[in-house]
Amino acid sequence: MSTPMVGWKDLPMAAVPFLSSKEYPTGEWAVFQPKIDENKCVRCGLCWMYCPDSVYRWDGEGVPVPDLEHCKGCGICAVECPTKAIEMVRV
Amino acid sequence: MVTKAVWRPDIKELARIEGQKRPVESGHRLCAGCGAGIIMRQIAMAARKPLVWINATGCVEVATTIFPYTSWNVPWAHNAFENAAAVGSGVEAARKKLVRAKRFEGDPDIELDYDVIVLGGDGGTYDIGLQAISGAFERRHKIMYVLYDNEAYMNTGIQRSGGTPFGARTTTTPVGKVIKGKPLFKKPIMDIMVAHGIPYAATVSPAYWNDALVKFRRGFETEGPVFIHAFSTCPLGWGSAPEDTVKIMKLAVETCVFPLYEVIEGEYRLTGPSVSIAKNPDRKKPVEEYLKLQGRFRHMFKPENKWMIEKFQEWVDKQWETLLRRAGY
Repeated sequence: MSTPMVGWKDLPMAAVPFLSSKEYPTGEWAVFQPKIDENKCVRCGLCWMYCPDSVYRWDGEGVPVPDLEHCKGCGICAVECPTKAIEMVRV
Repeated sequence: MVTKAVWRPDIKELARIEGQKRPVESGHRLCAGCGAGIIMRQIAMAARKPLVWINATGCVEVATTIFPYTSWNVPWAHNAFENAAAVGSGVEAARKKLVRAKRFEGDPDIELDYDVIVLGGDGGTYDIGLQAISGAFERRHKIMYVLYDNEAYMNTGIQRSGGTPFGARTTTTPVGKVIKGKPLFKKPIMDIMVAHGIPYAATVSPAYWNDALVKFRRGFETEGPVFIHAFSTCPLGWGSAPEDTVKIMKLAVETCVFPLYEVIEGEYRLTGPSVSIAKNPDRKKPVEEYLKLQGRFRHMFKPENKWMIEKFQEWVDKQWETLLRRAGY
């Protein structure tokens, strides 16, 4: 007994990824992760702007907070910080 | 018709909006320090309307949508290298037709007032997708094509492309006795695109974020095809340190390897730091400073290969002179 073939109308529209990638912890890749010195931080937001991984959460007022679960530890923020308030520490 | 009004991006407001909308979510699998990650965030930041994002095959596509995960909170479609610009044209034309037919009028779930953005890498733009882009620009579709140029096929294993610069080591142009990196120069993609007579074309370095956001916004506001050439560092393929990504982007502009300019209706205009270099030529740095941070150019610093740096500098100077003449300096 063969099963009837699936017609093209029954197939899904396209291959649709259905989970958000924030459930994938890329922070496991990191060797070094940023630590912000709140006294040195001038709240310019450049770390937030230059982060390739949208890791920094910044409301525009306070000190930006890195989401270490997703930070891959590239260190761009530490190099570009104008007051060197970010230190990369080994995790 | 390019708008004259200049938008002044406010970093605090951008941060608040991004925090709420999260157009590009964390957790994508781009390499640590990848420049493309910054570019795609900046495009989404500059958007004024809902976006429809068409992505050619490339690092961004492969890394952001590994099944079953997706990093996109905007409508997004993956396409082959060849047809990304054609799909963008189709999405734009469909909008016109649906509006004319009043198909979804009054439907609160369907927003037909959107911008179409096509993102492609240098392989999909310089080499494989060129004819689709040429066709889309000739038909005058209102799409913005952004090329993120990491100067080789990084996703498939660092093969040379039309965008690879002179002397760069790739897996198909290795350094040895016969050849020393790529023997040819980069294809002048901006000149090719400007020759289509498009209303707006620009080069963008994400390191100068203000300049980049203004250009992306102007691209969205322009009625007609727009081409934007964005410079994207690739730590893996270029052999650079991941933390130097933004530094290399800045050096590329300061050494005039990648000058910042825009072409509005055929008129060239320098922007950002390139203006101050044009007015004050002493500020132009030698190309060594740009080359020495990258492992793909390491062989050029051997004494017997000094001529390669000179040849590279000569090419950069010639390009810069041409650009200065066009911009009226």
